[in-house]
Amino acid sequence: MNDAAKHQSGRKIIKVALVGQPNVGKSALINSIGNARLKVGNFSGVTVKKEVVRFVHGDYEFEITDLPGSYSLTDYTIEERVTKKYLDEGEYDLILNVVDSTNIERNLYLTTELLALNKKIVIALNMTDEAVNEGVHINEQQLSKILGARCVKTSALKKTGIDELIDAIIETYNSKLPDLHLQFSEPFEEEIANIVDFLQAKKFQCKISLKALAIKLLREDRQAYQRFHEEPIWIELLPIINKAYQHLYLHYGTKDLEDIFNDEKNAVAKGAVAETVVFEKDNRLSLTDKIDVLLMHQVVGLPIFLFMMWGLFQLTFDIGSIPMDWIDAFFVALIDGTKNFLGHTELASVIADGAIAGVGAVVLFLPNIIILFFGIALLETTGYMSRVAFLLDGFFHKFGLHGKSFIPLVTGFGCSVPAYMAARTLKNDRDRLLTLFIIGFMSCGARLPIYVLFVGAFFAEHHAGNILFLIYISGALLGILAAKILKMTVFKGKDEPFVMEMPRYRMPSFKLIWHTVSGQALMYLKKAGTFILMASVLVWFASNYPKQPELEQAYQVKIEQAVDDAQAKALSNELALSKLENSYLGMIGHASEPFFAPLGYDWRMAVALETGLAAKEVVVATLGVLYGLGDDITEQHTGLIEKIRENISLPAGISFVVFVMIYLPCLAASMVFMREAGGWKYLGYLFIFTTVTAWLLSFAAFHITGMLV
Amino acid sequence: MTLDKLSKGESAIITAIYANRELKNRFNSFGLVKGARISVEERSLGKKTIRVRINKTRIALRSAEAEKIEVKA
Repeated sequence: MNDAAKHQSGRKIIKVALVGQPNVGKSALINSIGNARLKVGNFSGVTVKKEVVRFVHGDYEFEITDLPGSYSLTDYTIEERVTKKYLDEGEYDLILNVVDSTNIERNLYLTTELLALNKKIVIALNMTDEAVNEGVHINEQQLSKILGARCVKTSALKKTGIDELIDAIIETYNSKLPDLHLQFSEPFEEEIANIVDFLQAKKFQCKISLKALAIKLLREDRQAYQRFHEEPIWIELLPIINKAYQHLYLHYGTKDLEDIFNDEKNAVAKGAVAETVVFEKDNRLSLTDKIDVLLMHQVVGLPIFLFMMWGLFQLTFDIGSIPMDWIDAFFVALIDGTKNFLGHTELASVIADGAIAGVGAVVLFLPNIIILFFGIALLETTGYMSRVAFLLDGFFHKFGLHGKSFIPLVTGFGCSVPAYMAARTLKNDRDRLLTLFIIGFMSCGARLPIYVLFVGAFFAEHHAGNILFLIYISGALLGILAAKILKMTVFKGKDEPFVMEMPRYRMPSFKLIWHTVSGQALMYLKKAGTFILMASVLVWFASNYPKQPELEQAYQVKIEQAVDDAQAKALSNELALSKLENSYLGMIGHASEPFFAPLGYDWRMAVALETGLAAKEVVVATLGVLYGLGDDITEQHTGLIEKIRENISLPAGISFVVFVMIYLPCLAASMVFMREAGGWKYLGYLFIFTTVTAWLLSFAAFHITGMLV
Repeated sequence: MTLDKLSKGESAIITAIYANRELKNRFNSFGLVKGARISVEERSLGKKTIRVRINKTRIALRSAEAEKIEVKA
C-alpha cells in the first residue's frame, strides 16, 4: 500500500476494472450497490462510453471503471479494443470479472484470458438465481482453487452476494499477487517452464510473473516482443522461443499460434466446468426460447416488429409534439421578451433572431430525441434489438447495409437529428458511416411543407396524396440505391461478418435506461448546442448584412406616405425583398445562379434552397418573402401557391422538389452528422455527395419533364 | 458438409472452421470451436441468416459465414 493511494479522508482507494462479456449484468451489478455515485464520460479518443462508479465501504473507497462488454480480449470491435487497452495500460488495483453463471463455460473463456494477464482478480458468478432455476450448480470453492482467484456467487437482480463480493475484493486487494494458476496442457506447460527457467537463471526482473511473461511470448504478443527487443538477453532467448514454437507446431499439427492458444483456453474452461459444475438435465424450453419461437419466426416475426416500430413512431412524434409546442411557445416568448427588453437594436436582433432562435430550433427536437432513445434503449436492454438485426439483415445486406441500419433509416422520416444519433447502435465503423450517409434520403418531417406547396401548385388536389407518397417512396429507394453505389465505390471492401449473440430476454431496468437516455440527451444539448449557436449567428449575419440605410430610409418614407394598409404592406415586402437580395445571402444567391440555371431555377429559388441549409422550414418562408407575400406564410397559403404556379414552370418545380429531397439536411442535422461521423471532413464529403447527386437528378428531372410537357 | 446446409432443427458436430483469424477468434469466443455440438434453430426468409445454438448460447449469423464452418452429423 503506498501513501499516494490514500484519500485525504484517510480511506484507501481501491481501483477496480470491471470486465465481462456482454449481457452478463455487469452494469446492473454495480448499480445494485447502495450508495454508488456514477460518472459518465468517454474513453479517450473514441465514442465508447466510460462509466466510473464510486462508493465508500468501511475504510475503503471504491473506484470501479465499467469496461465495455467484450467476448474476448481481441481487436474485433471498438469495445474490445478499449477493454484490452485499459487492461494493458490503465491504472487499476484489481480486475472484477463478472460471469454469467447460466453460461459459465463460454464466460470462462474470457476469464482464462484475464488470468493470463497475471493481475489480482475476483470473479463474480452472477445470475446465480437463474442458474439454480435452470439446474446449473457451481461449486465456487472448488472453482476458486482451480482458477487461483476468489469466486463469489452473486445476483444483481435479487441483490444477493454483493457484500461478500466487496469483502472478497478488499481481501484480494490486501493479499499479495498469487502465482499464475492457469494450468495448460502438458506440452504447452513444458515450453512455458523452459522459458521461465531461462529467465530465472538470468535473474530477469519483471512487473508480472515470469510465467505470464512466457505465455505472452508464446502468444506472439507484440508488446512483449517490443520490450524484449531492447534487452541484451534477447539474443539468447530467441532460439529457446524458436524451439518452443517448433515443438508446439509439431504437437498441434498447425502453425497458427492463435489457434493453439484458443484451443488451450477452451480446454481450460471446459476442464474447470467439468470439475466444478453439475448440470441437472433440463429439457424444458426456456422463456427466451418460447418468446423467440414467435418473435424470430420467419413469417410472423417481421410483422410483429413493424407493428412495434409503428407504435414507437406514433409515440415519438405524437406525444413528442406536445412538449415541442411548449418549447416552441417558450422560445417565441423569449425572443419577443428579449426584443422588448433590449429594444429594436442590432444587439437585440443578433441575440433574439440569431442566437435564441437557433438554439431554440435545437432544443425543440429534445422531446423527440428523449422518447425515441427511450424506445431504442428499451429494445436494446431487453435483448430484442439483436433479433431485429437478424430479421432484417437479409434484405439490408443486399444493399450493403446492416440489419440494424433499419432503425436510424426509419427515424430519418421523422427527423434526421435523432436518426443520426440512432446510428450509434451500429458497432462497425463502415456500416455506421454508410448508414449516416444515406439517412438524408429519407425525407424528414420538415421537408413536408415544401412538398405540399409544390404539389399543390402543380397537381390536382385528388392526386396530391399519391404524389406525396411517391416522393417519400422514391426518396427511400434512391437512398437504398445510393447505399449500394457507395458500397461498391467508396465503402468497398470485404463485408463485415455478421455474427451476433442473441442474448436472453430481460426485464428492462429503468435506472439503467434512464442513465443512457439522459446521457444522450445531455450530450446532444451540449455538443449540437455550441455549434448551432455559432452557425445561427453566422446565418443571421449573412441575411442581415451589409446594411442598406439609404434603401431603408427611402422605403420608410414611401411606407409612411402609403394610401392604405395594403400598399404599406406591399412596400414593406418590397423592402424585405431588396434587403435580402442585397444581403450576403442574396449575393450568394445571385452568384450561384449559373450553378442552378441548368436546373431551371432563378436566383430566388437558389436563395430559398440556400436558406434551407439552415432549416428546411425556412424554405417556404423565404419563398414567401421573395415572391412578395411577407414572411409569415405557410404552405396552405393560396396566394403563394398562385405565385409559384405563375413564376415557376412545371419542370423547374419538379426539379426543385427533387433537389429538396436529396440535398444537405438542415444545420442542426448537419452538425449532429459531423459529430457522429467523427469529423468535419465527413460533413464535407456529405455536402459534395448530396449536392452532386441532387444536381444531377434535378437536371435529369428538369429535362425529362421538359420533354414530356 | 457445411453449417449452412443443415435444416431447421438439425444438429451436428463442428469439425473445422475455415475463416480468417479475426472471424475465427470471434467464433471461438462464442464457443464455436472444433468438437462442439451445434444446432440450427431458425432460418430467416430466403435463408440469408440463420440462428444456431451451442450449449446455452444463441448466435445469429449469415449463411455466408455459416459456409465457413464444416460439420458432420
